[in-house]
Formats: sequence, structure tokens, C-alpha cells
Amino acid sequence: MNRLASRLPAIVEQHQTEILAEWVKLQLESGAWRAGRLQESQLRDESNRFLNLFSRTLASGSMDTRSAQWSDVRDFLADLSRSRATQGFSPSQVATFVFSLKQPLFARLRASLGGEPDAVADASWEATLLLDALGLYTTEMYQQARESVITRQQEELIELSTPVVELWPGILALPLIGTLDSERTQVVMETLLQRLVATGSSIAVIDITGVPTVDTLVAQHLLKTVSAAQLMGADCIISGIRPQIAQTIVHLGIDLSAVATKASLSDAFALALKRRNLMVVPTSNTTAAARG
Amino acid sequence: MDRVPILRLGDCLLVTVQVDMHDELAMALQDDLTNKIVQSKARGVLIDISALEMVDSFIGRMLGNIAAMSRILDAQTVVVGMQPAVAITLVELGLSLPGIRTALNVDAGLALLRNMLDRADPNGHVD
Repeated sequence: MNRLASRLPAIVEQHQTEILAEWVKLQLESGAWRAGRLQESQLRDESNRFLNLFSRTLASGSMDTRSAQWSDVRDFLADLSRSRATQGFSPSQVATFVFSLKQPLFARLRASLGGEPDAVADASWEATLLLDALGLYTTEMYQQARESVITRQQEELIELSTPVVELWPGILALPLIGTLDSERTQVVMETLLQRLVATGSSIAVIDITGVPTVDTLVAQHLLKTVSAAQLMGADCIISGIRPQIAQTIVHLGIDLSAVATKASLSDAFALALKRRNLMVVPTSNTTAAARG
Repeated sequence: MDRVPILRLGDCLLVTVQVDMHDELAMALQDDLTNKIVQSKARGVLIDISALEMVDSFIGRMLGNIAAMSRILDAQTVVVGMQPAVAITLVELGLSLPGIRTALNVDAGLALLRNMLDRADPNGHVD
């Protein structure tokens, strides 16, 4: 079943213009094309190009839409699916582009081979197989286009959600917000370590106020980050441990004794200043009085 | 064969690893450094690995061993300049080099070393 046996290629080639006219008319009538977003001329042009490629590829006689002969058609459909996906069409609307070719094509087959029911059936069957495969291919491509958008957004979100800020020369803070999974921790770890090198900081405060839950996995990730920073010669302080989280950590039996922990970011900052032999002192009373 | 240079800086030794370590180089460094510590009666060793970009479990363990050996020979050891990627790899390998002092760069490492040697008692023992 790898070669075309029927007279389908000849008929498509012979009646290409008529098929195209009918096909475009049908598509426009169906109204699924949201005239506002897709110009009629564009639809006509795309249909024409697809039919040209389809007809040319049919002539090669190959029935396998995954073969090299069909690569031009596949590329065209992939581009089409991608552009439709970004224009906001649904997958079924995209697939309908291919499926809607069946009606004019079958009508033409019946008209040309009217006297031979067997030949009509054979040609229809082959046309169905090919168009179904191509229609499914558009859906597949559509899915891929959407998935790549989602992946990119996820990456952007990860980048956005891991800011490393310098609290003081030599003291970095990493406010974590949202659930920590392995992938995100990896990014957090890398950004923190790179910033440590870039700024020459010797202390990093990891603030987990915005982390909703801490389980053994998250704790393990945190500890890994801390040991990596220690290997590079920087100390870490974990701050923002909420009461529930403190309870959870103890109940889970996680040992955080190797790391300095503080309840709030300000406590951690005070400790960091102390370790750097720095001090924050109030300005003298006279100045305060003069201001007040 | 390549050798890792060991420079003398006062009563300290400065080891700068400037190429990616392979197994033989690490073994040679282990020999050279221990000999040199004994010869020169050095009290501190600074190992700069800022140019080291790749480690495997063997090199990781060797780093730990070399640092531990110099400690046994009564030389305070500081490893400085570990690259983020190396630190992550060592942690993922489960080699967190316990008991080894680290610093961000040579400056910070020398300051730390100086500090530790200054605190040393007249017999040369620290802590």
C-alpha cells in the first residue's frame, strides 16, 4: 500500500483549477475562517499553493506522507499550522483546511470516473488516506507550536522569578517566591553562584518567605545550594522561615543545623552585617531632635 | 609531562591549577605538594582552582585528599576560586569536601590564611 494505484494523480492534475475554485468557495462559505483575521486573498493563495504541492507530490506516486517525497507538503503545512496557531485558530479549524478539500475532490472524482464505481471507490479511498494523514499532521504541528510557546513562557517565568539582589556590598539576598522544583532550584543555584563570583560577595541570604511549602525535596535543594556556595567560599543564611514551616521541617526530620537560619530577612541581614564586621548605628540624638 | 606550579609566598605555598586536571596530573600534584610542604616547612597552602572548569568524582576526591594531606602536615589549607559549575557538580556528586576551608578569590583566601596563622599559638598549632 505504498504506491498510488488509482487514477487520482491524473485527475487532480487535470482539474486542478476547478477543484481549487470549488474548494476556496466552500471554505469561504463555511465561515469558519473569521474573515476579519484571515484575508480572502491569503486563503486563496494558501489553498492554491497547497493544491499545487499536493498535485505535484501525487505525481511521484508515493502513498507514505512521512516519506521524503512529501516533505514539501509537510513543510508547507507546518508553516501554516504555526502561523494559524499564533493567529488564534483552534486545532480543528486548522485541520479543517485540509479536510475540506475532500468534498470538491470527491465530487471531481465522481464526475470523471462516473462510469466505473470501482475506480471511484479506489481513488476516494486513497485520497481519504492521504488527506487524513495530512490533516492529523497539521494538528500535530499545531500542538508543537503551542507547546513551544508554553515552554518559552515557562523559561521566562523561571528567569523572572529568581532575582539576586545586593543588600550591601558583599551581601547578596535571594528572595524566593513560589514553589521550588528541581528545575527551578537548578536555575536559582546557578544564578546565585554566578552572582557570588561576579560581585565577590561572601554572604548570601536566601529568603524563603514566599515559598508556600517546604518538603524534604525542597529542603534538600536548599541544602545543596548552601553546600555549593560554601565550596566557593561564601556563607549562606536561610531566612523567612514561617512558624508552620519550622514545624514541618522538624516533623520531617530535616537537619538544617549546618546552616544559619533566621526568622526574618532583617534578622538575617543583621547577622550578615555582624559577620562582615559592620554595624548600623542610629544617628546622634541632636540630629534626630533637629529633624523632629 | 605537565606539572602544576607550586609557588612559595613567605611561609605559604601557592598552588595554581591553570589547566583542566587529568588523573595523572592530580596524582603528581599530590606528590609534589606533600614533598614541598615538608621541604619548605610551609604553614599555609592556598590552592587556586579558578581555572578549573571540569571535575569528575576522581578529581573532586583528589582535591579533598590533597587538602586533607596538607592539613595533616600541619599546613592550613584554603581552596579558592571554585567555579559555580564545579561547585554544583561536586555537590551533585555528594562531595561537599567537609572540613576544607574555602574562599571566593585569592585575596580573600590569603586574608583568611593570614588570619588563621596569626591566631596560631607559638608551637604553630591552630585552634
